[in-house]
Amino acid sequence: MRFDARRAVLTLAAPLLAIVVAIIVTSLVLAIAGDPVGTVWSTIFSKPKPRNVVNILNQGTVLYLSALAAAVGFRMNLFNIGVDGQYRLAAFVAAYVAGEAWLPGKLNVLFSILVAVAVGALWAGIAGLLKVTRGVSEVISTIMLNSIATALVAYFLRQVAQKGSNNIHTTDIPLSSQLQGFSLIPNAPNNVYTLSVLAVLAGIFFWVMLNRTVFGFNLRATGQSESAAVASGVNVRKMVVVSMLISGGIAGLIGMPLLFGDAHNYGLTFQTGLGFAGILVALLGRNHPVGIAFAALLFAFLNEQSNALQLKAGVSNDIVNIMLGVIVLSVVIAYELVRRYNNAAEQRKVAAQLAASRQPEEVAA
Amino acid sequence: MNDTSEPNTTAVRLTDIGKRFPGVIANDQVNVTVRRATVHALVGENGAGKSTLMKILYGVQKPDSGTIEVDGRQVSFSSPSDAIAAGIGMVFQHFMLADNLTVLENVVLGAEKLHGSGDRARDRIHELARSYGFDLDPDRLVEDLGVGDRQRVEILKVLYRGAHTIILDEPTAVLVPQEVEELFDNLRGLKAEGVTVIFISHKLDEVLAIADDVTVIRRGRTVTTVDPKHTTARQLAELMVGSELPSPSTESSTVTDVVELSVHDLSLADPLGGRDLLTDVSFDIHRGEVVGIAGVEGNGQAELVEAIMGMRKGTGTVGLSGEDISGWSTARRREAGIGYIPEDRQRHGLLLDAPLWENRMLGHQTREPNRKGPFIDRGGARSDTERIVAAYDVRTPSIDTTARALSGGNQQKLIVGREMSGDPVVLIASHPTRGVDVGAQAAIWDYIKTARREGLAVLLISADLDELIGLSDTIHVMLRGRLVGTVDPQTVTPQQLGSAMTGAEVPA
Repeated sequence: MRFDARRAVLTLAAPLLAIVVAIIVTSLVLAIAGDPVGTVWSTIFSKPKPRNVVNILNQGTVLYLSALAAAVGFRMNLFNIGVDGQYRLAAFVAAYVAGEAWLPGKLNVLFSILVAVAVGALWAGIAGLLKVTRGVSEVISTIMLNSIATALVAYFLRQVAQKGSNNIHTTDIPLSSQLQGFSLIPNAPNNVYTLSVLAVLAGIFFWVMLNRTVFGFNLRATGQSESAAVASGVNVRKMVVVSMLISGGIAGLIGMPLLFGDAHNYGLTFQTGLGFAGILVALLGRNHPVGIAFAALLFAFLNEQSNALQLKAGVSNDIVNIMLGVIVLSVVIAYELVRRYNNAAEQRKVAAQLAASRQPEEVAA
Repeated sequence: MNDTSEPNTTAVRLTDIGKRFPGVIANDQVNVTVRRATVHALVGENGAGKSTLMKILYGVQKPDSGTIEVDGRQVSFSSPSDAIAAGIGMVFQHFMLADNLTVLENVVLGAEKLHGSGDRARDRIHELARSYGFDLDPDRLVEDLGVGDRQRVEILKVLYRGAHTIILDEPTAVLVPQEVEELFDNLRGLKAEGVTVIFISHKLDEVLAIADDVTVIRRGRTVTTVDPKHTTARQLAELMVGSELPSPSTESSTVTDVVELSVHDLSLADPLGGRDLLTDVSFDIHRGEVVGIAGVEGNGQAELVEAIMGMRKGTGTVGLSGEDISGWSTARRREAGIGYIPEDRQRHGLLLDAPLWENRMLGHQTREPNRKGPFIDRGGARSDTERIVAAYDVRTPSIDTTARALSGGNQQKLIVGREMSGDPVVLIASHPTRGVDVGAQAAIWDYIKTARREGLAVLLISADLDELIGLSDTIHVMLRGRLVGTVDPQTVTPQQLGSAMTGAEVPA
């Protein structure tokens, strides 16, 4: 792959432009509501404290995993809207398994992670099977499966929860299986999740699978043109099921850093909604493992920095959600514009080259 | 100038029309003068700029420069409705009719304001049909009509809206020779009633048979306007191409008695419940043999190809080099040595947004040089793409260019090169030269002929009867999903083949 400077600039220009647009739109909203625009931005763009930096990294990690899960589907035009249900169900089952501590120490961690991957994959696989056998749109089935997952988790949580506590949750995982994390940031009282490693590994796995394997080629081919993929011999039905399994498997990982590094059990306070945020992060990051990493950090940064808004500017931190929404919306438009511009530029280049090579022929003729 | 009864007045005058698209100059100083009540043919190769010019005249696109005059008045169209208001109508190559509506309803649809949709409209349609010699029943469903009748409905639609200049974009592409004759009778009828017809085509014999004037366009420019009475097809062709015209002619037979592809009693039910798409199709292709399938499009050719490729599951058997492959997947069939040039290269043959070297892998991703174990072999694929680009003269700045940026001919050459690599035993070529320029066409014919000499068994499906007759060793005629006869390309004429395609007696 050769490096094309013009292309790189264009690729970066789109998200930067989207952020600028989002800042303008958000400022307008603030101004209309009579809120202090300047204070809001100075709060959001202030230098984060070490503690906040760790939070941003940790939040970025789980968002990254969530976005990867969505991106696997997106790359072949499969809309796995069910990442949310998949990770919650997987985290619940893994928390239960880890709490039971059938295996000692770190083996318990590893086993629970595998269980989470399996549960996430199976839950997503249902949608894949329904699509290839019954023609059910995966969008509909995964949304339904989200609801079912919510109900299942709520039901079983009551069954396994310890009685006599207001906060219903699974048995705490034993101390020997709790992970202390890395103290990466100096002067921070908190640690970066040990299982952030999972995000790095999943990112590498995603990139290698997509760009270097025959399976990944088939996946991308199916996403770009299903008819061409079929004609080339790709078994699209198999691809749909396998991609849903992979997507769900990665979704199963989302809750793991939280579970082993922070929550230590699955209860009512376990973080929800990561699956939907992941879809937005994947869109912003263009389904590319590196792009998603930046997008996840940006989302985490804005979320973390907005916590102080209520205190410092008297503004609800929901304003950040407006900003995130505008960023994603404008970036989708900007990417399409860049794509068209690139197509046209490339056609011009080809035509120019052909014209140049044709000239001598005509002179000679 | 404005006298409409004189035959020699000008209906449409296009002056210095220019139109650029990213990467292409579609039109550049195009000048065409169309006399009233004549048939004016516009000829040129695919991509010469004919369609763009007509879209400009019909208001679909705006020219970058130049002027349009209709009936002596300068006009500027910003949409087809402006063109219709000025009396210009267009019949596109692909019909835009609602199958489940009647002729009357199709004609009136969108023009209810003119004569309502009831008896007044019916009277008007009868009147038009009578005066122009169209034999159409307004109350028949369009789905029951043949191609020729559908085309007449399209023309009627345009006349109903008050057009006195009609643009026909490649009207004969979908017709068999007999239907072409009927169309020409209709066109003469229109002319007699004072209607002007602009006829876009690249079939030169037809142009010479019907046109009063012929304007030749090459690479976006008008070359000249000639009188067909004093011009031969060969001269026109040379004006179009700017050089000698290649022909597909066959060489001596290289057919052996080794059967490579054997199709036996292949049948395919319609998943939607209609008439069977294929019924008991049987034929053999030998090493070194090109077997052509002639047929009006939509008679099961596409389905036959997809069944042989394993993309559709039928009954009966398909054998490759003596082995029954009926139960094999598409991937396994490809690996066993079936090359496939699909009918619609953009939908079935290419990933338009992927670079050429990835397109080189498409359909060959499970084989060398594209694969190493579970991984793709980027180095192997890239260097083999370089080989194809050089050997098949694919004009591209680099193998990292996306397939979308290439012209149709170059896209097709890449596909041909790809499908010829890996030593195929059988090549399924569906309309291999459709929509490619003359240069690429000649090259593709050469590749097929060379491969045939080297022992390739080829199944050739084509709507171009000259191509079919020129390249094939045997031609089977296909009608409504059945093979209805076999003709010898050495002796058959396009006219006879056309008859056979519509179900007339197959010549001996």
